[in-house]
Amino acid sequence: MRIYLDHNATAPVLPEVAAAVSRAMQETIGNASSVHTFGQQAKTALDRTRTALAALIDADPAEIVFTAGGTEADNLALRGAADALAATGRTHLIATGIEHEAILNTVKALERRGWTSTSLPLDASGVVRPEALAEALRPDTALVTVMHANNEIGTIQPVADLAAIARRHGALFHTDAVQSVGKIPVSVRALGVDTLALSAHKFGGPQGTGALWIRRGLRLVAQLTGGRQERGRRGGTENVPGLIGLGVAAAVAADTLAATAPRLAALRDWFEQTVLDTVPGTAVNGDRAARVPNTTNIGFEGLEAESLLIALDLEGIAVSTGSACSSGSLEPSHVLRAMGLPSARARNSLRFSLGPTTTREELELVAGVLPRLVARLRTLGRPLATAR
Amino acid sequence: MRVVVAMSGGVDSSVAASLLVEAGHDVIGLSMQLYDQREGQPGGPESFGSCCSLDDLQDARRVATTLGIPHYIVNFEEAFDRVVVRNFVGEYAAGRTPIPCVHCNADLKFAHLVERAAGLDAAAVATGHYARVALAEDRRTYRLLRGADPDKDQSYFLFPLTQDQLAHALFPVGMLTKPAVRAHAERLGLSVAHKPDSHEICFVPDGRTGDFVERHLEQPPADGEIVDSAGRVLGRHAGLHRYTVGQRKGLGLSAPAPLYVLKLEPADSRLVVGSRDELGRATFSASSVNWIAGRRPPEPRRVTARIRHRHADAPATVIAEPPSGATVTFDTPQLAVTPGQAVVFYDGDEVLGGGWID
Repeated sequence: MRIYLDHNATAPVLPEVAAAVSRAMQETIGNASSVHTFGQQAKTALDRTRTALAALIDADPAEIVFTAGGTEADNLALRGAADALAATGRTHLIATGIEHEAILNTVKALERRGWTSTSLPLDASGVVRPEALAEALRPDTALVTVMHANNEIGTIQPVADLAAIARRHGALFHTDAVQSVGKIPVSVRALGVDTLALSAHKFGGPQGTGALWIRRGLRLVAQLTGGRQERGRRGGTENVPGLIGLGVAAAVAADTLAATAPRLAALRDWFEQTVLDTVPGTAVNGDRAARVPNTTNIGFEGLEAESLLIALDLEGIAVSTGSACSSGSLEPSHVLRAMGLPSARARNSLRFSLGPTTTREELELVAGVLPRLVARLRTLGRPLATAR
Repeated sequence: MRVVVAMSGGVDSSVAASLLVEAGHDVIGLSMQLYDQREGQPGGPESFGSCCSLDDLQDARRVATTLGIPHYIVNFEEAFDRVVVRNFVGEYAAGRTPIPCVHCNADLKFAHLVERAAGLDAAAVATGHYARVALAEDRRTYRLLRGADPDKDQSYFLFPLTQDQLAHALFPVGMLTKPAVRAHAERLGLSVAHKPDSHEICFVPDGRTGDFVERHLEQPPADGEIVDSAGRVLGRHAGLHRYTVGQRKGLGLSAPAPLYVLKLEPADSRLVVGSRDELGRATFSASSVNWIAGRRPPEPRRVTARIRHRHADAPATVIAEPPSGATVTFDTPQLAVTPGQAVVFYDGDEVLGGGWID
């Protein structure tokens, strides 16, 4: 039996999504830009997705630009805003150190183009204090980007408060909501942000599809230049079957989220407490209250998380640590480092992320094997199992 | 039994893994991510392109998939930098010529990797080295033997292994020749069957060792005089790390007869050069000597001694000096005895031990 506890990396495609994508590949054969009936059918299907997604995030369908995932949406938000704001002469932006690489490396790219950036401090639970943003704002601050929920620890940032501060200052506010959309209720109106990035495969949609929500009236500069798709905001023929899948996943999330979220939170809390109680030398990383319901990140003193991850995989249990480098090997989590945790903790922490299909039985099994695996890994330097 | 095999993505460790699978073991492949491949590459962090070492890791993954074994890439960058790269740079800075592969074997593969393997409940760690391990007649002591292929023998690089390390080491290709290994890989349809052998130092893929050392030195290298053995100044050098004993090219000197590097004198940042006749040496000392059997010979020991990987071992007498030194005397002087290289003692096919040339 294989147990999948890595939904924050990617969630399995929902059966109804798979069916819709498969049907679309056979039946919705037109290019959405074409004039004929086939094209019109594709366009209609995209409009349906746009409406479903808008409903999920409390937006207007016309404000949604489809992308090939969260990374592209983040790039469009930051680079598109930077290009649009170039004329103002304001070239300072503010981010946190716990952002996803899609943000962090885009900020670095902007810095190479002459932008400067400030990294907001976080408290030990991984939350940004609004006062910290107020202090970091400068006259030339053009853009603030703070993720909604963190991918590694699940911590939810007070985005509404932060966005209000930025707005008063006249700075644009972007939030990377890849890990919150579909897991908790998200309203772009309530958050008061200017742009919001999301990705389908984190809530049961197909990989390689996502969207950037752009507040009506805000002008960004397109980063993929080409045809007039997405009202000129993103060139390139749309991934119609994939986006149909995104629409179905959004509709399912809107229908089920209210029931799923508390169920997952209860499962997660039970699992987390069981691990803390049965495995000595463990601690939860990040705020345990302000958190998406499916995520727990636990430090295991005295071992390498990389080894525990491998040992769990050999038992058929899929979990994750922070970030993998290009080879697929693991690096100490930049998120835990940015929270001020010592580097040993950043190397010994594992993320367990649940999904709608996760069962209590699965979690009991995982909690059952952890004490043994952890104990074995902690006896480092001992001779190998038996002689040859 | 459960065996962890260190998979580099080359043909040797790939075949090692396959032989273990064929022998019915529960095999787990681990590949070590050892250094940031982007280092020293032109174009900066935004450029990308082909990258040999990443490709090697992907080769290992492909082989593991073909063999149907689990495979993981483990991040040993920090340990590799600590036990291999810093030692490598430090040795050059001290006027010596290091062999990083020995440290990588003894201090990384058969130390950190063994630790990881123990955590995964493995009974042994296997590598693709051409060497053999055998039990001595007492049924307790492990012996380290040359690989069966004399052209490929890598026992020289394994001399620091302890009895405990040897007890859990497997060298599945050690009894094969390289052509047999390639033929085996071909029979299995492994993608790496015809992959060329690696030669250069893996973390200096462009072979520019001097440049690499300079990038990692804390202080700029000291220049100094080039002198002959009588102390006459013949010229200047731009840093001793660019020279090794026996080197003839790149001295920038004109002389009636060819000149060779005889000696590096880091204390005075001096390079001593001379004729080929002056390059021979019979007696020298070694330190950090490891005796494979776990005890040093009480009497002078007749051996054949090898002073670098591509040196044909020559008859010599070794006198062990407590606590861990040795004095080595060749029957006939050998060219270019180089501080920082290893001297390894053999009795026939058996590695008796070895140490670092002072």
